[in-house]
Amino acid sequence: MSWLLPLALAVPLAGSVLLTLLPRRTGDRAAAWLGVALSAATFGVVLGAAGAFDRTRPQQVQLETDLPWVPAFGMRFHLGVDGVSLPFLVLTALLVLCCCVYTVRVRPVAGRVKALTALVLLLELGMLGTFMALDLLLFFLFFEVVLVPMWFVIAWWGDPQDRAGRTTAATTFILYTLAGSALMLAGFLLVGAQAGTLDLVELASRSGEGLTPRVQLLAALAIVGGLSVKVPLWPLHTWLPDAHAKAPTVGSVLLAGVLLKMGSYGLVRVALPVVPDGVARIAPWLAGLAVVGIVYGSLACLAQRDLKRLVAYSSVGHMGFVVLGVATVTPVGVNGSIYAGLAHGVITGLLFFLAGAIKDRHGTTELAALGGGLYARLPRLGALLAFACVASLGLPGLAGFWGEMLSLAGAFRPSEVLQRPYSLVLMAVAGAGAVLTAAYLLMVVRRVCQGRDEIGARLPVLGDVTGHEVTAWGPLVALTLVLGVWPGLVLTMTDPAVQALLGGGG
Amino acid sequence: MTLQPADTVVQSIDWAAIAPPVLVVLTALAALVSDLWLPRRAAGVLTAVSVGGVAAALVAVGLLWGRVRGTFCLPAEAGELPACSYVVNEVTLVFQAVVLAGTLVVLLLAAAEVREHDLPAGELHFLVLAATVGALTLAAARDLATLVVSLEVVSLPAFALVGLRRGHLRGAEAALTFFLVSVVSVAVMLYGVGLVYGATGHLHLDRIAAALADPEVRTPVATAGVLLTLVGLAFKIGAVPFHAWIPDTYAGAPVSVAAYLSVVSKAAGLVGLVVVVGQAFPTYSDVWGPAVAVLAVLTMTVGNVGALRQRGAVRLLAWSSIAQSGYLLVPLGVASSGVEGVALGDALSATVAYLCIYAAVNLAAFGVVTVVSRNRPAGDLADYRGLVRTEPVSALALGFALLCLAGLPPGVAGLWAKVVVLDAAVSGGAGWLAVAVVANTVIGLAYYLRWTALLFATPRDAVPPSYDVPLASAVAVGLAVSVGVVLSVLPQPVLGLTSSWAVLLG
Repeated sequence: MSWLLPLALAVPLAGSVLLTLLPRRTGDRAAAWLGVALSAATFGVVLGAAGAFDRTRPQQVQLETDLPWVPAFGMRFHLGVDGVSLPFLVLTALLVLCCCVYTVRVRPVAGRVKALTALVLLLELGMLGTFMALDLLLFFLFFEVVLVPMWFVIAWWGDPQDRAGRTTAATTFILYTLAGSALMLAGFLLVGAQAGTLDLVELASRSGEGLTPRVQLLAALAIVGGLSVKVPLWPLHTWLPDAHAKAPTVGSVLLAGVLLKMGSYGLVRVALPVVPDGVARIAPWLAGLAVVGIVYGSLACLAQRDLKRLVAYSSVGHMGFVVLGVATVTPVGVNGSIYAGLAHGVITGLLFFLAGAIKDRHGTTELAALGGGLYARLPRLGALLAFACVASLGLPGLAGFWGEMLSLAGAFRPSEVLQRPYSLVLMAVAGAGAVLTAAYLLMVVRRVCQGRDEIGARLPVLGDVTGHEVTAWGPLVALTLVLGVWPGLVLTMTDPAVQALLGGGG
Repeated sequence: MTLQPADTVVQSIDWAAIAPPVLVVLTALAALVSDLWLPRRAAGVLTAVSVGGVAAALVAVGLLWGRVRGTFCLPAEAGELPACSYVVNEVTLVFQAVVLAGTLVVLLLAAAEVREHDLPAGELHFLVLAATVGALTLAAARDLATLVVSLEVVSLPAFALVGLRRGHLRGAEAALTFFLVSVVSVAVMLYGVGLVYGATGHLHLDRIAAALADPEVRTPVATAGVLLTLVGLAFKIGAVPFHAWIPDTYAGAPVSVAAYLSVVSKAAGLVGLVVVVGQAFPTYSDVWGPAVAVLAVLTMTVGNVGALRQRGAVRLLAWSSIAQSGYLLVPLGVASSGVEGVALGDALSATVAYLCIYAAVNLAAFGVVTVVSRNRPAGDLADYRGLVRTEPVSALALGFALLCLAGLPPGVAGLWAKVVVLDAAVSGGAGWLAVAVVANTVIGLAYYLRWTALLFATPRDAVPPSYDVPLASAVAVGLAVSVGVVLSVLPQPVLGLTSSWAVLLG
């Protein structure tokens, strides 16, 4: 029994309630600073948990809290971390802190910072909870917590020039993801009814024992199908481009950085260990769709005319690598999937911050309207954008490289669930997709950063990256470098845990 | 069991068992009589009298907890238990508690409406209490004659209640629609009761069950009787195709009466259904089970799709209430006395759990609607735009209630309710039913969310109207919302309430 994890949930929850109760005349500045304090406190608690985590045995669930909650469902308030969940917890708390810091100076056009901060903290509760939950229903509950706050974030603080569009985008987002999570719940309940327990540790240690092949297949279809909406897996991705493009900077960062990871984390934490045979039977389809997503995402990016939409579509491709890694059902692939997810969270978070900064300064993210010459106009912003782009395309030495390489390595030597020739074809196509990824990201660098500055003269006074923005983005830049040169930092923790999840040992 | 055979001409009555309805009868009479003497301004006294009486009945229900009592019994023949017309067991008491609590909230809500719309206070209280007596006896009725009479006692005052607004054309029309549909459905039900009586020779539910267990009795006549008997009850809960009266009736009636119909009257219909299928027709679960399952899907789909188009608050709640009836029927649709499906007792406790949660949050929603309709009698959804600015507490209460109805956090109580229903469908092996529930949850969210979003939107008017919330309404909404909040955190009391029902009903 440890109080660290419940505390990490209690701080954002209490903060959210506190902000809601504050009088309306509370200033935006005060609300934003309160948000910084609360998210910093949460980040501190999560770091404390990371410190208390015994890194010599990351395959074991640690810092557990296990209390009965709803005996009628057999549901328990069971929290804990292992090597797989800890990196995601740190990523979440860090991104939320970056968002809160960013909001202090860069206020949203729609104002209402107090409400926005309260919603962001509520989102943090759901995101952290999802990565801690070790009970199927508890996982589902936290999974759902993020939906309504994210709807409001997109629908209210989204693209100020497109009122109807942002509401539509928000509603599409919530209805798609609710359909997915309700389907996932049906799968959870099926597992619960057949296995007699909802406890993830117990279910993982049984490794699908006691579930008939038919039940496993049905449950895997429901669970993986539901999570695939969140990830999102092609062709269930259609909610994503609009939601990302219309959301405010803070919303896009959290959406791409963490919310998508809740889906891929669910695949690793729930689907693989709980219904392994079911996942094995659908793995070929999963891998195939993932690769289609990689190629489709890259091609779609090449056709985009808007920077934010382009970054959004790039998520479809990157998440394809994440799913491909899971679908190989090998330790290498799954580690790659986790690593690619973390890297995508950091890099795409940074990219959305940069896209937001460009939008704030130019009033648009249309590639044609931006013209070129960002290097000449705003050299530091241009350099950061180029940095994030090459990180995103997977340049060795930066964070994006390892995950995608490990995913492809997993596909090179897949477990018996994928036939080798099929898997090799997939690997080759995914590799080609990675080349396309490089193509469109370099296109961004060429079209936006390089070239002659033709619009600078017509714009109001532009400031380059401020010290405040450096504070908000700095951690992400640093992490991109650290994850790029020191993959062992994460892999030494995830690998034993992944082996345990795949091997059925707890 | 304390069962009192009638061995003399003068039947001995267990007054304790019938204390709750008797107390309400006395209160009803007191309300009617005191209205004659009290000045019009003193309607508060009347409310106090009625609420006091209902509270006393609620206490009586609490005191009866834990023992099974029967009264109005036939003499027992050798070797069998006496057949009683009025039985108080857990099933009875749970429903009676829901009915009484619902009535209490409705009476509080009506207090303000009586003043605003100049409704006849004495009549309103008398009629509401009279209908409540019907609902209370319905919960305890264990023979078909008592059941039909109780059902009529619920319905007759309701006709008058719906048409209570003086000089209100829509109200009169609504009352007439309600009356005609009700009469037809009761006629059909009586026909069914006649057939069942003809086939079995019994009116008491347990005797009917015993007779129907004999395969020789299983004739088309008996089957038709079983199905037709359910028609009247399906009408009462507003199941498709007996739903058409609901929107017009709710919209034409005073809002508090609509709240009454959607909670108390529906609970009455539901307890009738539960008791009849559970106690009289358990062996025919293969006949009524699929029929109820189909009804459930139709009802939730028609209700949700209908609600999507609504522009008026009460009409939207009316369609939503139809949809919720569909969810309520799901567990009964998969219930079975055999080995397949869900054990009857579990199905019934699922239905009851759903009803308890639904009753609380639906009353909260109606409560806020009564408040808003004071200044905005048109009752358009647009009236709710920006309610959070002027009435933050009411807006938060309504938002919570709507999200509960949608089943999404922060309305966690509603999430439990959806889990209960989906769990029943999944454990019953009815995959198609689970898929239907999933799809309907998504449709439902669309309109609940639209309304919730309006509450927090920027108001159109420069100075949005404020509502001087009456104390009684505030107490009523407060009660309903607190129940919803408590059930969000601790749902076990309603979920684990009736696990022993299989025995009680079997």
